[in-house]
Amino acid sequence: MTNQPEPELSIEQVRQVAALCHIALTDDEAEQLRTEMAKLLDEVSVLQRIDTSDVEPTGHAVEEVQTVMRDDVPRPPLEREDVLANAPRREGNFFRVQAVMDES
Amino acid sequence: MTELHYKTATQLARALADKEVSSKELTEYHLERIAGIDACVGSYLAVTPQTAGAQAAEADRRIAQGEAGALTGVPMQLKDNLSTRGIATTCASLMLDGYTPPYDATVTIRLAQAGGALLGKGNMDEFAMGSSNETSAFKTVHNPWNLSRVPGGSSGGPAAAVAAGLAPYALGSDTGGSIRQPAALCGIVGLKPTYGLVSRYGLVAFASSLDQIGPLTRSVEDAAVVLNAIAGHDPLDSTSISAQPPDYTERLRDGVRGLRIGVVPEYLGDGIDPAVAESVKAALGVLESQGAVVDEVALPTSRAALAVYYILAPSECSANLARYDGVKYGYSDQEADGMWAALDATRRKGFGEEVRRRILMGAYALSAGYYDAYYKKAQQVRTLIRREFHDAFQRVDILALPTSPTTAFEIGGIVDPVVMHANDICTIPANIAGIPGISVPCGFVDGLPVGLQLLGPHLSETTLLRAAYAYEQATEWHTRHPDL
Repeated sequence: MTNQPEPELSIEQVRQVAALCHIALTDDEAEQLRTEMAKLLDEVSVLQRIDTSDVEPTGHAVEEVQTVMRDDVPRPPLEREDVLANAPRREGNFFRVQAVMDES
Repeated sequence: MTELHYKTATQLARALADKEVSSKELTEYHLERIAGIDACVGSYLAVTPQTAGAQAAEADRRIAQGEAGALTGVPMQLKDNLSTRGIATTCASLMLDGYTPPYDATVTIRLAQAGGALLGKGNMDEFAMGSSNETSAFKTVHNPWNLSRVPGGSSGGPAAAVAAGLAPYALGSDTGGSIRQPAALCGIVGLKPTYGLVSRYGLVAFASSLDQIGPLTRSVEDAAVVLNAIAGHDPLDSTSISAQPPDYTERLRDGVRGLRIGVVPEYLGDGIDPAVAESVKAALGVLESQGAVVDEVALPTSRAALAVYYILAPSECSANLARYDGVKYGYSDQEADGMWAALDATRRKGFGEEVRRRILMGAYALSAGYYDAYYKKAQQVRTLIRREFHDAFQRVDILALPTSPTTAFEIGGIVDPVVMHANDICTIPANIAGIPGISVPCGFVDGLPVGLQLLGPHLSETTLLRAAYAYEQATEWHTRHPDL
């Protein structure tokens, strides 16, 4: 039997997951999410009552689909201008980003 | 005589071939109607008169040369998560506000080749996450049958547009019911094909093991015709089925004599509006009188599909939406100081509440220590649900149940996410099992449409369409239209 997951969710856990997802949260938002996520975890807890010992997981539901390999032949790439046209910030043919490392 | 805007795509294609109307006239007619009444429906996020005009001109040229196909010159709408080269594709999210794809989705190309004229992009729940279209970052969609009600979601724009005579047909996407449920709530036909039958290339990914593109139409025949245009293998989608699809219109008129239909008691009792259940039972009576054999089939495990979905879909979404970082395209916060702060701020402001909640839920379900209890457990129950459907289809050819547990609810009427999720109890099992499903109008309760949902085994679209057609032709629900 799988251990029953803990539906109680702490504000630290919410903040930790938010940090992993790179979504900034205000205190109010974190608290609201804590309540809502705890309810959703309670909603999905019905699964714990289903016996799945020796059941293989399904990642893909249609057996008509097989993993396919294609020949390693290059296809025409996207037009550089088309791609860069969406850049929030660009410099020449580059995407401009904030400094990744400290300047020190 | 039905007005032009309530004719089916098939009727319009015939009128075009017979030179009763040109594609240019038909397209302009629809653009005018959109300009006239879409302000109160809200089904379009963008209208594309230039593309529509150019495609209509090309269609008229093909028709003049006698090269017209089944959809040549018929205008249509695409849900705004289907990529259109050079035309903004926003997923109704601030995150993609102003994003212009550098390539077309495979379905966009296929409909263009079929002679479709793109009227514009359909409103939707943000990133297709929702059952009411209320999570659109840009505007609310109103149900054409009652403007204070939701159209359903997440393909609420496509469903409302087709129901309101603002597009002869549309394409949507269905991850947990997002084609079928809004089709039911708006009184039209919606088809979710077998997973892998229609290429997902260029569909902005939400939950990749569940997402599937399909048609929203005013008739079952139209659904078959549109499916013909979009189904089939695509080397650009590694999950696309390689088998050559049949002509889905060929057996449409074969009837249901001897067809074994399973009625599922789990979806006619608890949690289902009794008036909706009555409409579905009456529909089964109609199919029975046409020669179908109706038998009861229990699907107890399928009720757990909702819980499976609310682990798998957020998990896949948290991975798929990790790509939105404000660097290559889309919304980008320029105020924050430093790369990480900018990333956190971009994703906080770019995503709406529902999307943020699902990303966090998914990341939590996938995180170390919880993976086995949530994600793996859900995948195991998914296996049990697949088996249950497989066993059911040894006994019956197709299953019949409601599409939605209720008719369209009030805009703003449901705020609790758990209650909102319950709207999908009848549609989610098909996505979990990868099987096809169709919703066809089967009645009205207090002036609001009800949908009958038919489900079949993998690649049974021909049978589903045949049964839905037999039912449609024996009833008059599809001839009713909202007064707009």
